[in-house]
Amino acid sequence: MTTASEAPAVGLTHQGSEDTGLGHRGPASKSIVVPYGFWLFILSDMVLFSALFASYATLVHATDGGPATNQLFDRELVAVETLALLSSSFVCGLAMIAAKRKNMQLTQVWLLLTGLTGLVFLGIELFEFGKMIGEGAGPQRSAFLSSFFTLVGCHGAHVTAGLLWLGTMMAQIWAKGFRQDIIRRLLCFSVFWHALDIIWVAIFTIVYLIGTLP
Amino acid sequence: MTEHEPELHNVAPGEPHDNMLTETLSYVIGLGLALLLTGISFWVASTGTLWGPGVATGLVVLAIAQMGVHLVFFLHITSGPDNTNNVLALAFGVLIVFLVMIGTIVIMAHMNANMSPMPELMNLQMQKG
Repeated sequence: MTTASEAPAVGLTHQGSEDTGLGHRGPASKSIVVPYGFWLFILSDMVLFSALFASYATLVHATDGGPATNQLFDRELVAVETLALLSSSFVCGLAMIAAKRKNMQLTQVWLLLTGLTGLVFLGIELFEFGKMIGEGAGPQRSAFLSSFFTLVGCHGAHVTAGLLWLGTMMAQIWAKGFRQDIIRRLLCFSVFWHALDIIWVAIFTIVYLIGTLP
Repeated sequence: MTEHEPELHNVAPGEPHDNMLTETLSYVIGLGLALLLTGISFWVASTGTLWGPGVATGLVVLAIAQMGVHLVFFLHITSGPDNTNNVLALAFGVLIVFLVMIGTIVIMAHMNANMSPMPELMNLQMQKG
């Protein structure tokens, strides 16, 4: 296949070469391109969160005489939250395994469990936010609390969006079956859900555990 | 499915394949490791037996380890040839994340240290006026 006329490409240009950059078999299939594109979105989301983490780390001591990290956070509550989100991530993986084998009942059951554990997580987080705001430790109290609510709230907003997406996916699988494009969407959802768990690992370590060290 | 048994030993951990049992097992191992690392994190933060100033660093190391577990066993980022694009994108993402975080923290710490105390600044302005 390789002919003598194929000149070596210089840098990023394809001058003098027949190579289009797509390989000899044309562009990659959708089952490769779609998850890859979504993976790039997830990584850009992580960069967004890194900026929020950086602002939190900068402002964590700017309490303006208000409550500091040690007086606000409850470790037992965070442990339950962590367990809920981790099991949600695990069950989501089981749903993917069932979906790959086109098992409707098992997929729906696992997806429902994913959603319920996600709801438990979100409920605890909203309860914590409500308690803090009730104690006068709302986002307008100090720069530290503003950055805290931005960081953790942004994660919570992602979880909320994920739950809506999850409901949509359950309905789509129910109505349209395990079509190729539906499976791709489900795969993207599972990547999104696992990535949220990774961000939560950083949050519970940096915000809650290091924040409550004696 | 059992006739493919010997091939299973050539599969990287977390890589998707066709055997339902081992595929589930990969998630179970991932869950076990994640639970273990989370448990150690909470224990390290609560116990008083460890050297205090080192605890925060230890917690960050444990968190990074747990992120690695999630990437391999849940997101199936492996060293396989069909995963090269994903790994390269991840490497670039990690580079940007560390640049943003460490850069911000270092610069802001320096600016805080070099900032003149507020009351004196106010006095200076009052004198000029």
